[in-house]
Amino acid sequence: MGFGRLALATLGILVLSVFVGRYPRPYWMPISYLWKDELALRLVLYLRLPRILTAFLMGMALSAAGVAMQTVFRNPLVSPGFLGISQGAAFGAAFSIVFLSPSAIVVESSAAVFALAALGVSYLLASKIRYGDWVLRLVLAGIVSAALFSSGVGVLKYLADPLRQLPEIVFWLMGGLWSVSWRDLLSILPPVTLGLVILYLMRWRLNLLGLSDATAFSLGASPARERGVALVASVVATAAVIAVGGVVGWVGLIVPHVARRIVGADAQRVLPASMLIGGAFALLCDNLARVLLAGEIPLGIVTSLIGALVFIVMFARADLGVRR
Amino acid sequence: MSENIVISVRGVRFSYNGPGHPVLSDLALDIPEAAVTAILGPNGSGKTTLLLMLLGMLAPQEGTILIRGRRPQEHSRGEMSRTLGLVPQREHFPLGFSVLEYVLLGRAPHLGLLDRPGPGDMRAATEAVARVGLAGLVDRLVPTLSGGERQLATVARALAQRPDIILMDEPTSHLDLGNRERVLKVVRALVEERVTVALTTHNPSDAAAVADHIVLMREGQVVASGRAADVLTSENLSVTYGLPVEVIRVRGSLVVLTPDSLTRT
Repeated sequence: MGFGRLALATLGILVLSVFVGRYPRPYWMPISYLWKDELALRLVLYLRLPRILTAFLMGMALSAAGVAMQTVFRNPLVSPGFLGISQGAAFGAAFSIVFLSPSAIVVESSAAVFALAALGVSYLLASKIRYGDWVLRLVLAGIVSAALFSSGVGVLKYLADPLRQLPEIVFWLMGGLWSVSWRDLLSILPPVTLGLVILYLMRWRLNLLGLSDATAFSLGASPARERGVALVASVVATAAVIAVGGVVGWVGLIVPHVARRIVGADAQRVLPASMLIGGAFALLCDNLARVLLAGEIPLGIVTSLIGALVFIVMFARADLGVRR
Repeated sequence: MSENIVISVRGVRFSYNGPGHPVLSDLALDIPEAAVTAILGPNGSGKTTLLLMLLGMLAPQEGTILIRGRRPQEHSRGEMSRTLGLVPQREHFPLGFSVLEYVLLGRAPHLGLLDRPGPGDMRAATEAVARVGLAGLVDRLVPTLSGGERQLATVARALAQRPDIILMDEPTSHLDLGNRERVLKVVRALVEERVTVALTTHNPSDAAAVADHIVLMREGQVVASGRAADVLTSENLSVTYGLPVEVIRVRGSLVVLTPDSLTRT
């Protein structure tokens, strides 16, 4: 399957998603409603469209970051949640709900700030650890940073008001886009675009970061600096989408593998393919999340369920390129 | 054989943790053009550190290294990467890469930061793969190659860089006899094409088989250096490895015997 077909399929999913929902009846809205029913038109314009685009953007960002991080860490099982980013964002959101304000803008800003803080902690720890090479040190530091922030989330859950705050924290942790507005979309558009454009421009050079440091250096690359650029671009993009949509797992882990199956391993092709597939995957999951039941299913649950199933199938059928 | 010196090292000292434990001390050696120079010594004698310094990844704390008359840090990074290629001891191959995709990475020194390889780079990579004799395997995934083929792919990647000096870190250390032969043959062929090769090895037989010049190293210092036949003597090797070694000549090749093999004969 080439890029043309991939792009066409993605576009099709984007367009069809507009008509998927629970109004006027479950699952499907006939096109004619757009001009016959003013409520339907407003629903599409003010609720569905921003949500669809945000879901797509979220999938793109998580998947592109997944490709970058799997390459930078030379590890196929790494995802954007690495380096404590997801846990940092979760802590930021919970902190805001308990101590600051449950309003969307405060929760989202706090999540983004703490996601970056978690990255900072990982980076600082990695520069202090005296064991292994830089990649291993970052991995170890990421585990520590994630543990720190997730224990922080535990403390906040314990402190939270069980009737008002706790459900909100739990729902945020499960991830979802039910409250997304145009304002949310516009607020995450600049950081996500910035991160994605940087990664897209670096897409061939990303491959060099998968080589041993000495080889990358001998090819004229500055491995530490270029890794830093790729990581920061990834984190900026993912922190923004996590801030709006909560912790949505598995997208960044699974999509790059699916993309490699389709277009080969070269990051030059995997990165754009992952953006398309990731956007479509997140959108499909979000469609399921909003139409399957009368109530909203948290998006994180849908992506984890489907992601895990895809993972099992891929594992059962062939390797993930982990072999040496 | 020309005796133009392309790399010269003088009075180099380097230590990773404090001046008390130098990895290299007062090191001096020359690497002549269009020849194979083997840097031979036991494990831990500072060979890899030396290669990283020639590459410019580490800078000497004392002394000078000159690559074609200038210190590595005085060359631009692009210039260095078009001059020196590296075949590391253990390469990390990017996940799921084919031989050609991997070799194509060797074109990076000829591309700008945001460039991607074009048809010219593709030709250079294909040609490099053919030069090491892997033409039939361009589309194979790297993990499916034998150890020797992987090592040759690494050499091809360095060749795609079009450098005139190639540094190889223990290119044969984990290869079986047949694969070792293939790699050493390619190394000899490179010299015929006037590429300068500096390789490290801990195995005197490998050095004897492939090198024109040998630098014997022990504990960060040069024990002896010069033409292979002059350097590979029983005395020199005994000092270098700290055990009695005997060098004999069998049908024109040097054979190195150690106490174990001596007692069995």
